[in-house]
Amino acid sequence: MASRALLDVRGVETYYGNIRALNGVNVAVNEGEIVALIGANGAGKSTLMMTIFGAPRARTGTITFGGNDITSLPTHEIARLRIAQSPEGRRIFPRMTVLENLQMGASLDNLKHFDEDAEKVFQLFPRLKERLSQRGGTLSGGEQQMLSIARALMARPKLLLLDEPSLGLAPLIVKQIFDAIRELNEKQGLTVFLVEQNAFGALKLATRGYVMVNGNVTMSGTGKELLANPEVRAAYLEGGRH
Amino acid sequence: MAEAVSTERVAANTNYATAIREALFAGAISFGLFVLLVGLKTDQNIRNELILVQRWGVLAILVLLTMAGRFAYVAYLQPTLAARAAARAKAPAVAVEPSALRKNWTKLAVLGLFLYPVVIVALVGLQGSLKWVDNFGIQILIYVMLAWGLNIVVGLAGLLDLGYVAFYAVGAYSYALLASEFGWSFWILLPAAGMMAAFWGVILGFPVLRLRGDYLAIVTLAFGEIIRLVIINWREVTNGSAGISGIPKVTFFGIFNFDVSSPHYIGKVLGIATSGAYYKIFLYYLILLLAMLTAFVTIRLRRMPVGRAWEALREDEIACRSLGINTTTTKLTAFATGAMFGGFAGSFFAARQGFVSPESFVFLESAIILAIVVLGGMGSLAGIAVAAVVMIGGTEILREMQFLKAVFGDGFTPELYRMLLFGLAMVIVMVWKPRGFVGSREPTAFLHERKAVSASFTKEGHG
Repeated sequence: MASRALLDVRGVETYYGNIRALNGVNVAVNEGEIVALIGANGAGKSTLMMTIFGAPRARTGTITFGGNDITSLPTHEIARLRIAQSPEGRRIFPRMTVLENLQMGASLDNLKHFDEDAEKVFQLFPRLKERLSQRGGTLSGGEQQMLSIARALMARPKLLLLDEPSLGLAPLIVKQIFDAIRELNEKQGLTVFLVEQNAFGALKLATRGYVMVNGNVTMSGTGKELLANPEVRAAYLEGGRH
Repeated sequence: MAEAVSTERVAANTNYATAIREALFAGAISFGLFVLLVGLKTDQNIRNELILVQRWGVLAILVLLTMAGRFAYVAYLQPTLAARAAARAKAPAVAVEPSALRKNWTKLAVLGLFLYPVVIVALVGLQGSLKWVDNFGIQILIYVMLAWGLNIVVGLAGLLDLGYVAFYAVGAYSYALLASEFGWSFWILLPAAGMMAAFWGVILGFPVLRLRGDYLAIVTLAFGEIIRLVIINWREVTNGSAGISGIPKVTFFGIFNFDVSSPHYIGKVLGIATSGAYYKIFLYYLILLLAMLTAFVTIRLRRMPVGRAWEALREDEIACRSLGINTTTTKLTAFATGAMFGGFAGSFFAARQGFVSPESFVFLESAIILAIVVLGGMGSLAGIAVAAVVMIGGTEILREMQFLKAVFGDGFTPELYRMLLFGLAMVIVMVWKPRGFVGSREPTAFLHERKAVSASFTKEGHG
């Protein structure tokens, strides 16, 4: 099972100075899955996401992607193995236009497939096509999130990492974004690893899920199992459905 | 009706009352500021004793000018501006088709620059043209080129470099030393000096790769000083603070030269009268071409992957890395490219002056170049060119303002006030155009048509 995993995180510990943020985390993402990682603020979800990308680096443990050990690769070389990320806070380029942002996403292949891929992205997020010559910083929050995902998709990733795509967005927009993720997964077979605080939405979307508490993965299971689990319900869901 | 008139009159009256009050305030503040700076002056008398010279007249002029300015601003300018803003808010937004003049602005400007020496010679004659071509033309164009070079590092890649003058110095000394030692031609040494400066750009780049913002600024500042101190202290090679003189002039590709005693002097070859103006005019076209090369390369690079990576790096370094961009090489190429143009300008400077010394490469030069980049609007070539014309041309014009001596007395040397000009320009631009003279960034990719979005729409980062 583990050997077939596209992304395999084993026994990873990450430190910020002397403070341990990840406590020996084991997570696997198989090809074609949507895997959700849920947890409270400060549980280490985003740290895991960034550790996969090599910044900060894992002090112990190994991370493999498609059979390659990427634990100590520099960030840009990890990206070249076709892992794309829509980072926390979206991090689009605010003074560059939507078109230029997308071009930056496609810079790995030097824009070879740009037109074709852009068309696909516009089908997913028609709003971006309308905003093409507008600057990234002038987009609404939801549009910026769409742009962030679209930019990641332009690199033709094998694995898409999404860090809190629903952060600070209106419920309607969240639904649009989650629908888009599902469509990507079902139609294009894209593997997605998703970090979310919106546990309900994320688990409904996910094939499998992990629950993280204080730098440890405490529970895992299929999305449905976790949604039905009383502990998960008590800790993350009863506060109100998002 | 009568009521409306009376309220209007009351409004005008209170307006004047506020204006007078504000003017008095401004007068008091300027009096407090200038009473020691201008009103009293320490001087030496014939027996070398320190005496106080009182200059109440000058002080009074300054205070009155401040008061008058403040009064005019509050009483007349402010209401006019407010009315205009209100009118603009009311009027529907209409897309204005840019006029032909505006569309071909760049072409016209370049044409004007090419015709400039011809016009000057026609107007004031060969000998009279010296000052205008040299002090205004060449001097400004050197700074335009330097600022465009620094713009690659600061404006495009967003790496704040306070030691840019170091590369200017490397270029100047490369030419000065190699040309006077081995007698090599300018046309060989120009690329060599550029490469040397680019090499030092990379050397500076490596240790500062991990730094950003203020930390980067401090290290680059130190780098600039280190280069200058090495030049001062490495006497065996650089002749220390005495500098290097007798640097060979540029020749016209070896066909003829500008050395009066040489058999290939331009006057003898072409059979025209001897004049120093030929060399200046030749240098003018040379620096014009070099500056245009800088602009051309910058414009081309911005549309290429490396230029786009520079701009993305300025916006968000982490996002860049996660898109597979090697930020190390991206930063190093920015430093190297910027430094290379600094080196070109440096070798031109050495050839033009015929003399280089560490005096020419002090921190103030870096600060001036950076100020031009910031005032022009980081990243905008046209804005930077305008800023260079205003700042450097303004400095030169101050030299011409000898008539001010009639107002401020014989001891008044207008060119000493150039820093005041810089400060004033900074304040004015930053108040009215906080993103610089041309604040909008021209997009580099288009699907169908060009559409620039005004800077006022681009508050960063928020949705």
